[in-house]
Amino acid sequence: MSTNAVAARPEAPPEANLKKQLKRADRLRKFKAIGLVAPLALFLIVVFVLPIGSMLWRSVDNTELESVMPRTVAGLQQWDGSDLPEEATLAAFAAELRDSRRGGGLGKVGRRLNYEDNQYRGLLMRTLRGLPASSENWTQTLIEIDPAWGETTTWREIQRASPPVTDRYVLASLDLERGADGEIQRIDAQNRIYQSVFKRTMVIAGGVTLICLALGFPLAYLLATLPPKTSNLLMILVLLPFWTSLLVRTAAWIILLQSNGLINQSLIATGIIDTPLQLVFNRIGVFFAMVHILLPFMILPLYSVMKGISPSYQRAAVSLGAHPFAAFWQVYAPQTISGVAAGTILVFIMALGYYITPALVGGPADQMVSYYVAYYTNTTNNWGMAAALGSILLALTLLLYLVYHRLVNRKQLIRS
Amino acid sequence: MKKNNLMRTRLARSVAVSGLLTAGLAASAGAQALTVISFGGASGDAMQKAYYGPFEEKTGIELTPGDYNGELSRIRAMVETGNVSWDLVEMESPEMVRGCFEGLFEPIDWQRLGLGDVLIDSAFDECGVGSFVWSTVLAYDADALEAAPASWEDFWNVEDFPGTRGLRRGAKYTLEFALMADGVPNEEVYDVLMTEEGVDRAFAKLDELKDHIQWWEAGAQPPQWLVAGDVVMTSSYNGRIAAAQEEGNNLEIVWDGSLYDLDYWAIVSGSEHVDEAYQFIEFASQPENQAVYSSEIPYGPVHPDAIDQLDEEQARRMPTHADNLEGALAINTGFWVDYGEQLEQRFNAWATH
Repeated sequence: MSTNAVAARPEAPPEANLKKQLKRADRLRKFKAIGLVAPLALFLIVVFVLPIGSMLWRSVDNTELESVMPRTVAGLQQWDGSDLPEEATLAAFAAELRDSRRGGGLGKVGRRLNYEDNQYRGLLMRTLRGLPASSENWTQTLIEIDPAWGETTTWREIQRASPPVTDRYVLASLDLERGADGEIQRIDAQNRIYQSVFKRTMVIAGGVTLICLALGFPLAYLLATLPPKTSNLLMILVLLPFWTSLLVRTAAWIILLQSNGLINQSLIATGIIDTPLQLVFNRIGVFFAMVHILLPFMILPLYSVMKGISPSYQRAAVSLGAHPFAAFWQVYAPQTISGVAAGTILVFIMALGYYITPALVGGPADQMVSYYVAYYTNTTNNWGMAAALGSILLALTLLLYLVYHRLVNRKQLIRS
Repeated sequence: MKKNNLMRTRLARSVAVSGLLTAGLAASAGAQALTVISFGGASGDAMQKAYYGPFEEKTGIELTPGDYNGELSRIRAMVETGNVSWDLVEMESPEMVRGCFEGLFEPIDWQRLGLGDVLIDSAFDECGVGSFVWSTVLAYDADALEAAPASWEDFWNVEDFPGTRGLRRGAKYTLEFALMADGVPNEEVYDVLMTEEGVDRAFAKLDELKDHIQWWEAGAQPPQWLVAGDVVMTSSYNGRIAAAQEEGNNLEIVWDGSLYDLDYWAIVSGSEHVDEAYQFIEFASQPENQAVYSSEIPYGPVHPDAIDQLDEEQARRMPTHADNLEGALAINTGFWVDYGEQLEQRFNAWATH
C-alpha cells in the first residue's frame, strides 16, 4: 500500500466512493450476466424443470375424486368403515354423480375407481342411468338401482381412492401393492412384470454400452492415428448414419435380419447353416439395431479425446523398454478415460430411454420401460402409471450417474 | 397443495385460451358449415367420394372435412372449454365408449335418426352410429401350407400345420382366439374371459403355442411376413390382407372365428349443427352410399343391403358379408375398456417368462 493512500485515509470519501463505484460496476456486470443467462434459464425451466416436476407430481397425484366429488370424499373421511356410510354422504354422492357428467368429471372418477376394481365404470354408468331427481332415502334408492351400493366394500374402495396423494402407482411400478390392511406386499406372481422390465432395461442399456465401447474404441483409435485424408473419409462413414432417420435404419435391420433376409440367405447360400437363424424380433435384433444407432455417440467423444493425446508418450514408454501392449495399456489408455467416461455415459443414458427400436425389432421379452410408459400414456390414459414408471427410471438413472461419476473421478485421481 | 392447485388452474386457463383461439379460427373459417372429422388417408378419400361430396350436392349443406388421429383429448379440450368446432367425428370404439362415459358426445336419438333397426346390431350404441366394419382374421399363405386351416384350433395345431405363426403382441384379440381354439363357443368367449379361471385357461392355451409365435405390432407386419415367408399363418386386419391379395400374393382368409369391430360416427357434445349431423349420419348409412365407400376400400358396410350392391368379388371380402359374419364375433369394447389394463399387464408378464 502506498503512503499516498495511507495519507488519504483521514479524508475517507474518495475511497468509499471508489468502493461504491466498484460495487455498482460489479452489480451491473452481474445483471448483465443474469440477463444473458436468463433466456436459457427460462427455457430450461419451461421445457425441463416444469415437465419433470409435473411428471413427479403426477406419479403420486390422486385428486380425481376430491376434485369431482368433494362432499362425498369429506363424508367418507368421517366414516369408520363398519356399517354403510351416513345418508348425508350418500345423498351428496348421488348429487355429485349427477353433476359429474358435465366437464368430463365422470370419466376421471370412473377411470380412477376402476383401478381399485374393474366393476366401477359400469356400476357408475348404471347408477347414473337409474338415478331419480330426488329421493327420501338415498341409501335405499342406490341399493335398489344396484345392490353393490349396499356392500361396505364398495364404499371402502371409494374411501381408499379418496386421499389427495397416493403411492399406488409407484408401488405398482415395482410390482407391489397395499393389502387390505394397508401393508405393502408383492402382487400375484403371474402379474409381476416391472421389476424384470427395469432389470431388462438396465441389462440392454449396459450391454449396448459395452458392445459400443468394444467396437468404438479400436475404431476411434484408428481414426485418431490414421493420416487425416483417410481418417476424414472414415469419419464421414461413421457420421453417415446420422443423416438417415432412426426409423429407416431400424426398418432396414428388419429387412436384413429377417428369416428370408439378406444375412440368412447368404449364410444358407454359403452352406454355413441349413435353416434360417432367428435374428430379429428377439434380443439379438435389439442389440444389432441399437448398437448401430448409438455407435457414433461412443466414437465421437473417444475420437476427440484421443486426437488430443500426443503419440510421443507412447513412443517414450516403448523407447524406455516397455512392451508395446504395456505402453498402450499403462500410458495411452488411462489418458482416454475421460473420453470413455463421456461416451459410455452418453450411450447408456440414451439407450435407457429407447422405445421405437426395441418395439420394432424386439419380441415381447425385449421391451424396455419406455414401451410401458407409452402404453399407459397412449392406450389406457393411465398417466399415474406412466409418470410413476418414468419417475423411477429417472431416479435410477440419476443414482447410476452419481455412482458412475464417483468411480470415474476416483480412478482419474488415482491415475494422476 | 394450494400452490399446485393454483398452478394447475393457470395451466388449464392457458390451455383453454389456446383452445379458444383454435376454435375461434375454425369457427370463422366456416360459420355455418358442418365440420366432419375422419381418420383421413385412404378411408378419408373414400368418404369424400361416397359421403362428403354427394351429401353437399343433395342437401346444400356446406361441409368442412378434416382429419385427426383419434385422440379423445382434443375433443375433451373442446367440450371442457365450451368451444366446440367439430360437429361429427369418426371414432374407434374404445374411445367412443370412453368419451360417451365422460359425456363428450351427444346421446344418439334413434327416433330422430329414422333408420329403424336396419343396421347390423353392433352399429347401435349409446353415443355412436356404426360407420364401417373392420375385422381381425386368420390369414395364411396358401403356397406354404399343404392343407388349408379352417379355424383357430388348426392355428394351434402345429403337427398338421407346421410353421411359425403371427399374433398381435398384446392381450386383445389374442385371448379371444386362444379361448376359441380351446373350444369355447363364440358367444361365451367374453363371459369366460370375465372369470379368473377363464383367463387362466386362455393363458394355458397360449402356453401350448408360445414357442411358435412371432408377435406383430403394426398392422402392416402380418401380410409382409406372410409374403416374405416368415410365418405361415397369422392374425391380421382383413383390409391389409386384401391389399396384399391385390398385389398378386396367394393369401387366404379364414372368416370363421374372426373378430370384428366398428368405427363410429359420434356427435360432439355442444355442437351447433346437431340437425345437420343427424342428416349426414342418415345419408352415410344409406346402402347405396355405403356401397360406394366399401367399393373404394375393403371395409364392410353396416347396412346389410349395401353388400348386395357390390359385385360378388368385392362383397366376399367384406367382414359384413353374410357368410363371413356367420362364425364371427363382435369385439366387446366395454369389456376391454374395463379389463384391458389388467389383462395387458398379465399378458406382458406372461410373454416375458
